Amino acid sequence: MKEYLFLFRGGEAMDKERSPEKWQANMQKWMQWMGGLQQKGQLVSAQPLSQEGKQVKGIKKTVTDGPFMEGKEMVGGYLMCKAENYATAVELAKGCPILDDDSGVVEVREIQEIIM
Amino acid sequence: MVSVLTKIFGIGNLETAEDVVQQAFIDAIRVWRLKGIPNNPSAWLFSVAKNKAIDIIRKNKFSVQYDFSEDSRILLTSEYTLATTMENLWKEELMKDDLLRMMFACCHPEISEENQITLILKTLCGFSTSEIAKSFLTSEETISKRLLRTKDFFRNKKIKLEIPSVEELKSRTHAVLGAIYLLFNEGYNSSQAEHLIRRDLIEEAKLLCKLLTENQYTQLPEVYALMALMCFHTARSDSRLTTDGEIILLPKQDRSKWNKQLIVEGNDYLNKASFGRAVTAYHVEAAIAFEHCKANTFEDTNWELILDYYQWVCVFYPSPITELNKIVAVMQVHGAEAALEEIAKITNKKKLESYYLYFSILGEIHLRINRKPEAKQYFLKALDLTQSKAERKMLMDTILMI
Repeated sequence: MKEYLFLFRGGEAMDKERSPEKWQANMQKWMQWMGGLQQKGQLVSAQPLSQEGKQVKGIKKTVTDGPFMEGKEMVGGYLMCKAENYATAVELAKGCPILDDDSGVVEVREIQEIIM
Repeated sequence: MVSVLTKIFGIGNLETAEDVVQQAFIDAIRVWRLKGIPNNPSAWLFSVAKNKAIDIIRKNKFSVQYDFSEDSRILLTSEYTLATTMENLWKEELMKDDLLRMMFACCHPEISEENQITLILKTLCGFSTSEIAKSFLTSEETISKRLLRTKDFFRNKKIKLEIPSVEELKSRTHAVLGAIYLLFNEGYNSSQAEHLIRRDLIEEAKLLCKLLTENQYTQLPEVYALMALMCFHTARSDSRLTTDGEIILLPKQDRSKWNKQLIVEGNDYLNKASFGRAVTAYHVEAAIAFEHCKANTFEDTNWELILDYYQWVCVFYPSPITELNKIVAVMQVHGAEAALEEIAKITNKKKLESYYLYFSILGEIHLRINRKPEAKQYFLKALDLTQSKAERKMLMDTILMI
């Protein structure tokens, strides 16, 4: 088993205030997908990320606000899971609810073991 | 509520679960006083409890006190699934199972019987520490200590909330039934001075047993038998006391006051109890109770059959109380002299001598064979051994009539 990080970009923005039904249906989808991973013992952790942020840059450690990227490019959340290899990790990623919208992207990255 | 929350926080954190419930009630009192009671008070309470639980989870995700790494609790640590998982945990059909799991945890074999019942009353029946102290005729401090010890036990042994495996189920259910029966008896014949019958305890006992009859894993013959027994007993409870709370003994009870529906219900349960090969003490005691319910008058009672039943119980499940009941049956079938001989045969009387009933029966026997001075002595001894006002009144009346 190897460890993978999924980065979520894009997808339909979910607003509980605007449409509670839609929000609930979406939450149900996340529950199903992640619940499945959990049952197979593959889920490590996952969190959505808020829109705003800070950036600390370079030697001077300059602090600026926000990623301020276009919505679709911004990382909106992550998930860590265990999988055999890239192929199976990608199969898992295909179930992500963020892909229900055509703008959704899941970036699948394997955790690198640093050779000592 | 406590059992769902215990599932969320782990049984080692029973206090957290209790705190959340208590906080929810405090909120309820505060808000309801201002805005009135909502249409669905329990839904209101549940949703407050849910939100409080979510707050605690968010705050304590990484604390060592709560172990969110096991089972499905991992889904509670992700914001993607926290709300939905929390919502799912509170579904009614799941909550019933949680209660069952909690019941089994409370009746863990390594917890003493009185601690089991203390815990059941506290976590499943929502009794306060002082109410439990009253039920056990002991101090609040004692009860708090008992609860604390049991909670430590859960924490240290890392007990999980679960329905036991098939191999264990029978013996574990036996413990649960024992606790339910004790609870019921305390309700049916309370040791408390003021009230002989405590309907709250009776209802809780029946409710818990009913849960066992509804779960496919715990639908055992003895579960149905105990349910039947409790139905038959409660069917008679209205006729056991006068409006002033004085005891009416079986021969003088108004049988038309017996609750027919409960007798029918009990009979249904008894039929359901008769599968498999198990004949437990609950089966036989239920059969005895049914014989009483069946008889139209006291004289019609089939005492021969009842005596047979008691003889059986005394062989397989001996206890001082069944021994005494057998003697009553002997007296009805073979007369007072025979009953006296039967008592003489009992070798170990030590335990019996702490029961008021033992001396009360001795008094009754001597009264029947017209040995009044001895009868009076026995009734006086019985008087010393009971706190119950109703029982004391009955004994005093008898003594005065001699």
